[in-house]
Amino acid sequence: MLSRVAQNIYWMTRYVERAEDTARLINVNTNLLLDLPRTTTFGWLPLIFIVGAESQFFEKDPHRLVDEANVVRFLINDRDHPGSIISSLAAARENLRTTRDTVPREAWEQINGLYIYARDHVPSRRGRYEFLRRVILGAQQIGGLLAGAMSRTAAYDFVRLGHYLERADMTTRILDVRSANLLSHARQTQQSQGQSQMQTQTPASTQEEQDPFESIQWMSVLKSLSAYQMYRQQVRVRVSGPDVLKFLLQDEYFPRAVAFCLRQLDICLRKLPRHDAALAALAALRQKLNAATVPELSREGLHDFIDEVQIGLSQLHDQIAAAYFAH
Amino acid sequence: MTIEWQHYAATDSYYDELIASATGPRPAARALCEYLASLSDAELRERKTAAELDILVMGITFTVYTEGGSIDRAWPFDIVPRIIPRQEWDRAEAGLKQRVQALNLFIDDLYHEQKIIKDAVFPAEVLAQSANFRPQCVGVSPRHGVWAHICGSDLVRDKDGAIYVLEDNLRVPSGVSYMLENRLVTKRVFPELFEYQRIQPVDDYTLRLYDMLASLSPRPGDHPTVVVLTPGIYNSAYFEHSYLAQQMGVELVEGSDLEVGDDDCVYMRTIEGLERVDVIYRRIDDLFLDPKAFRPDSALGVKGLLRAWRKGNVALANAPGAGVADDKVVYAFVPEIIKYYLDQDPLIANVPSYLCMREKDRGYVLANLDKLVVKPANESGGYGMLVGPHATPAERKRFVELIRKDPRNYIAQPTLALSTSPTLCDDRMEPRHVDLRPFILSGGPATYVTTGGLTRVALKKGSLVVNSSQGGGSKDTWIVDTEGL
Repeated sequence: MLSRVAQNIYWMTRYVERAEDTARLINVNTNLLLDLPRTTTFGWLPLIFIVGAESQFFEKDPHRLVDEANVVRFLINDRDHPGSIISSLAAARENLRTTRDTVPREAWEQINGLYIYARDHVPSRRGRYEFLRRVILGAQQIGGLLAGAMSRTAAYDFVRLGHYLERADMTTRILDVRSANLLSHARQTQQSQGQSQMQTQTPASTQEEQDPFESIQWMSVLKSLSAYQMYRQQVRVRVSGPDVLKFLLQDEYFPRAVAFCLRQLDICLRKLPRHDAALAALAALRQKLNAATVPELSREGLHDFIDEVQIGLSQLHDQIAAAYFAH
Repeated sequence: MTIEWQHYAATDSYYDELIASATGPRPAARALCEYLASLSDAELRERKTAAELDILVMGITFTVYTEGGSIDRAWPFDIVPRIIPRQEWDRAEAGLKQRVQALNLFIDDLYHEQKIIKDAVFPAEVLAQSANFRPQCVGVSPRHGVWAHICGSDLVRDKDGAIYVLEDNLRVPSGVSYMLENRLVTKRVFPELFEYQRIQPVDDYTLRLYDMLASLSPRPGDHPTVVVLTPGIYNSAYFEHSYLAQQMGVELVEGSDLEVGDDDCVYMRTIEGLERVDVIYRRIDDLFLDPKAFRPDSALGVKGLLRAWRKGNVALANAPGAGVADDKVVYAFVPEIIKYYLDQDPLIANVPSYLCMREKDRGYVLANLDKLVVKPANESGGYGMLVGPHATPAERKRFVELIRKDPRNYIAQPTLALSTSPTLCDDRMEPRHVDLRPFILSGGPATYVTTGGLTRVALKKGSLVVNSSQGGGSKDTWIVDTEGL
């Protein structure tokens, strides 16, 4: 299989997954803000940090108003932001266009159709949920078409590598929303430190103040990841922070949980040639994930931990790229 | 209103492929015409819609340069096939083989001893001004002495019914995928017709192409690695490139997928590492093939590719430099070329051509621009042409200047009364002008000519321009055995 084709397929599924998960990210924040008392909310700024796009957001105007309309527009249909839903779908489409002969035709039509839908619909506040729902469903359909019609050869391994790597990354980012909003009293974020992440402290008092809302918020996170039902079936206890975190980080059965994604990556990589370095990077990451003591994380250090996981994923990507895409 | 062939507007000013103006449907077309006449309007419309749907679903597209966002367009297709009797086609096929054989000898000669120039059959100054002669290729001997492995020659029929060669495409001729897809669509739309008629199949082209390409491999014996090299998705023929790669089961590569190693061999980058490539069916023009040998700004090519080819470590089809014979001035010399190398008379005639480089011809051309078609020597796709009878005085004046400035670059031909073929236009059968592009494969076990070829049709009433980039469409082409009919 040509390196270029492998690379295009990998990025195509990464971008589709990114579009879907960005839609989920916006949904979870919308719901969280509705549930939280107005005075305690941190608003929409965390989302900009979570997707690592603060420099792009503030590029043209350092004092750009960080309100719902601006942030949502930035995440949905800002073509200058490479991580927006429209940019992700456009990039997925471009990647697929050059490799159309490798993937089933219906998948191309679906991606093309989804891109055109997103291009032609700029959602109003009221229409936003429906728009995001269609993006999520559309992305799921693409996954289904690929799963239902592609032979399980190397090409499909790259479909899954892109898919699960991006999903693992985005699940951690969605969890980060929770931590950011939880820490809403610790306000100052250092805006412009390059690709910097949010630097916040967690006063214990904040936690207690938020408690009445806590389980509602965690439910909202679960729902945004289509995880609520599975969580209830598997965990069977009331929805609590440590349990939800454990579920979404370490569960090996739920398909949006980070551990599940990493296991899938392991299965795919083992089928491919020249996988040693990538497997080593993956093993290190899995070990870090499994060794984490989640109850403690839920009190302190979640953000830093998520940061480490994201760095691990990025190193894994580098190893995949080095082995298969560039010679 | 079903089709009544007696109302079909066949005239004596054009030869119609299916209908003789006096006697109605020609023998080879009789079964088709009767069948079409037996269909109601609604049925006919249904078939047309079915074909359009097939084309959409099968994703048969071509690309237009000027359209930014959506670059793929559905391939315009007419459901009424064009028919050529088998006996007539056999003669055309022999003529094409003869022609391509002579052209390959000619190219090989130009890059070696240039005997034809020394013998004063072909003028040295024509070669000296050739845009497609590549000095970098002098002295190279491709396998079997073949340079133009894939040739697409355009055939037209004049009023008298005789077939002429209009031009030879020896660089990167395209269209064969549409020929194959047209047959597929027609079979789906008119399956009944294939049951009791002897319509010659076309489907083995990609097998023949693969066999031919594989036979060029510098490493014979094992399974050679063959690839199709495309300039990428923005090329108008990208559909064809990916189609042919798929049908042959080989990789479709871009320049960036290939590299030339220190051992002067060509490798492609795969997920398993570098893999040696033996044969490249390149669909990139000469000048973009190798930035080291040709245009240094080419981002489409592969550095060092020409070096690898010269060393014999990789086969290129068509060979670089083959385009030297794909020149409208060279075209005018083809009858002499056939005579010189094969000592035969051409089996298919050339369209009479005036060379503007010859003073006498030039005088005639300049005085008769309103009757002639003027063509630049090295353009394809119907670009840069003057169709005298349809041109405005201003356009003609511009061509007078162009010809005076660069006479070597222009030839002129009488306006041909291109033949017509019945075409379904808004529920009515109307004559539309057609040509035919067969494809000839050389260099393999045996020279192969497609059964028929791609019939292109000018869908606009009265138009003679059949190029898909300029509003042309296509038809399925049937070679029908009429023996015993």
